[in-house]
Amino acid sequence: MLPFLIKRLVSLCLSLVAASLVIFFVIEVVPGDPASFMLGMNAEPDTVAALRDSLGLNASIPLRYWQWVSGLLQGEFGTSYTYKVPVRELIADRIWVSLPLAALALLLSTLIAFPVGVIAAARRNSPTDVSIMGVTQLGIAVPNFWFAMLLVMFFAITLRWFSAGGFPGWDAGLFAGLKALTLPAVALALPQASILARVMRSSLLDTLGEDFVRTARAKGLSQRQALWRHALRNALIPVLTIIGLQFSFLLAGAIIIENVFFLPGLGRLVFQGITQRDLIVVKSVIFLLVFAVILVTFIVDMTYAIVDPRLRRARA
Amino acid sequence: MTSIVKALAFAGALAVTSALTPAAFAAKTDINVGLPLEPPNLDPTSGAAGAIDSVTYSNIFEGLTRFGPDGGINPGLAQSWTISDDGLVYTFKLHEGVNFSDGTDMNADDVKFSLDRIGAEGSTNAQKALYADIASVEVVDPLTVKVTLTKPNGNILFNLAWGDAVIVAPESADNNATNPVGTGAFVLKNWAKGDQIELARNENYWGEPAKLDKVVFKVIADPNAAFAAVMAGDVDSYMAFPAPENLPQFDADPRFRVVAGSTEGETILSTNNKMPPFDNIKVREALAHAIDRKAIIDGAMFGYGTPIGTHFAPHHPSYVDLTAQSNFDPEKAKALLAEAGFPDGFKTTLKLPPPSYARRGGEIIASQLRNVGIETEISNLEWAQWLEQVFKGKDFGLTIVSHTEPLDIGIYARPDYYFQYDSAEFQKIMEDLNNATDPQERNRLLQVAQKKIADDYVNGYLFQLANTGVVNAKLMGVWENAPTQAADMTGVYWAD
Repeated sequence: MLPFLIKRLVSLCLSLVAASLVIFFVIEVVPGDPASFMLGMNAEPDTVAALRDSLGLNASIPLRYWQWVSGLLQGEFGTSYTYKVPVRELIADRIWVSLPLAALALLLSTLIAFPVGVIAAARRNSPTDVSIMGVTQLGIAVPNFWFAMLLVMFFAITLRWFSAGGFPGWDAGLFAGLKALTLPAVALALPQASILARVMRSSLLDTLGEDFVRTARAKGLSQRQALWRHALRNALIPVLTIIGLQFSFLLAGAIIIENVFFLPGLGRLVFQGITQRDLIVVKSVIFLLVFAVILVTFIVDMTYAIVDPRLRRARA
Repeated sequence: MTSIVKALAFAGALAVTSALTPAAFAAKTDINVGLPLEPPNLDPTSGAAGAIDSVTYSNIFEGLTRFGPDGGINPGLAQSWTISDDGLVYTFKLHEGVNFSDGTDMNADDVKFSLDRIGAEGSTNAQKALYADIASVEVVDPLTVKVTLTKPNGNILFNLAWGDAVIVAPESADNNATNPVGTGAFVLKNWAKGDQIELARNENYWGEPAKLDKVVFKVIADPNAAFAAVMAGDVDSYMAFPAPENLPQFDADPRFRVVAGSTEGETILSTNNKMPPFDNIKVREALAHAIDRKAIIDGAMFGYGTPIGTHFAPHHPSYVDLTAQSNFDPEKAKALLAEAGFPDGFKTTLKLPPPSYARRGGEIIASQLRNVGIETEISNLEWAQWLEQVFKGKDFGLTIVSHTEPLDIGIYARPDYYFQYDSAEFQKIMEDLNNATDPQERNRLLQVAQKKIADDYVNGYLFQLANTGVVNAKLMGVWENAPTQAADMTGVYWAD
């Protein structure tokens, strides 16, 4: 187990270094000067120069890279050009929207997908299976922002059970916070659940065809017993991979849903940062998201090893 | 199954009724205001973002003078002023008993500090040029300030009303971006970044107190989300509504009132006057006749907007209607192009910033220009790119932009300004205007200036941007016009 862990950790660190370089240089070449953007059309050239200076934009590129990375290592992301507050604070505020939203959506998606996928696999080619496949196909095809707009029209405008968006903050209470995240989480979870259910089904069907399941059946286990005791655990590996990918996607990619529900999440912070050329925010949040993706991949790798002991030996 | 649906519907109805009942008994004293863009910070003296003024202007910060809802100049922190005969010395008498929201008092020293700070070394004031004529600011006594100019500037009272010249205190000025300390009728209570900004009534306000005790600005950028938020009652007022196509629907709904006031935004087809073939006045004149303003206003703005024939706001008393001079006449446009040596037209670039007036208007203008033989290559730019390429780099043939600064015809006197109009005659008119303090003479010069740029067909003049929005039908005192980008909440109240 230990060599496997070390190998994974080294690859994690190398990925982070590579990511920081790519992010920094890609963002450096983005056209558009933050200072002129902030000062608008009537600013005098010397005013722009003064602002560039105070933002630290006049330093050399290697120096600025070094300042940024050494800040990251100490957990300091710098100060936002536009908001003029530490980027750390901005991220800390937003992450308590994005993280619970992603977790809630993932939970919903898993809770729906597991039973649905298992039922579809257990009753392969039955009318139940066919209708599940049909519905999940639809779930994948429907764009989540459109589904989100339908939810808003029905639950916020017609029934008025929920507000159309916004986030009152966790200070307003757990219930108020969860309520504000419900519709967005449902909108995010639907396509994810559809994908996950289909993966669950096909993965289970694959394992049900394996020799060890036939052996289990030969021992006298019923189809259902063989499925629960032997096939399910083996079918989990691809499902875990998808869950890992989905979590990263939900954390970083909820931006469209954040816009529909005007939620102050990380996705919108990046989006705003890009349009306002608040490059320090963009760099730091993207790096954080990359870090989260790499970390999730690492955790998923570790989980494989727990689910399937063969991997520990094979990869080590 | 049906019983569950019924139970849910009942619970929902109950929730709705209980939510509505209190409002029926007492008039509301709070308001939720929709904002299309979040202000980057709350210091109006350190950036050009209009959203800063939307939240802070008159609500949190006040200047010596202030814009009224009609665009006129009213007294602000200065209760009165006198102007010396040579137009060089302005003596302001300040209101007594004015405090900043941190409890310190506001006096002549703060005024001197604030005005000196604009032009100081390393200043990041986005409108520094407006105050460049101020030679010195002198404290006469705690309630009297003497402002001396290097040369007469008839616009100075107007310029002092801008959000960029609000009065701040030396102790708190550096932190205003995140912790604004002003003299206004509201104070910042909480800012959940990316979501909402909450203001509370300033209980120690020196003037007439605000009627609302709480104002929440909610940032809702997406047009669909904005529509849903208004329909669901999440916001009570949303000016500069991002989806004009939804306004007729609000208009038909008795819960709402649609507002279409005026703004200071002259929307123009900006033309690079130094780039061939636009350096030829005949080509610019052809451009002017090729444009059908009505089609653009109807097609891009859903009918909201007033046609203009020069760079001047139609609601201003000095406005001259010159639209007839550049009437829609494609045949004349073609003839002019032939005369200029382009019988088969030419190709140019049309660079469009993000607002819908530009993106939607751009498509329509492109097709109108195609009809007279001018092919345009459209590129959609973000604001930061637009500033870099078009505004700074002057790398464009045509662009569409709304010039939202009030009374900004003076930009035509700056030869290095991005559309690069260089006319000694016009620069002289502006100089005379700056030296004139007599209202009649100023009026005459403003009209001469409007005619001059229309005669030179500097840019294609399209329309004055309308301040379109939707407010709750029971909400009173919302500014319908936008003389500056403000959402002044000091006079807003609920009817019952």
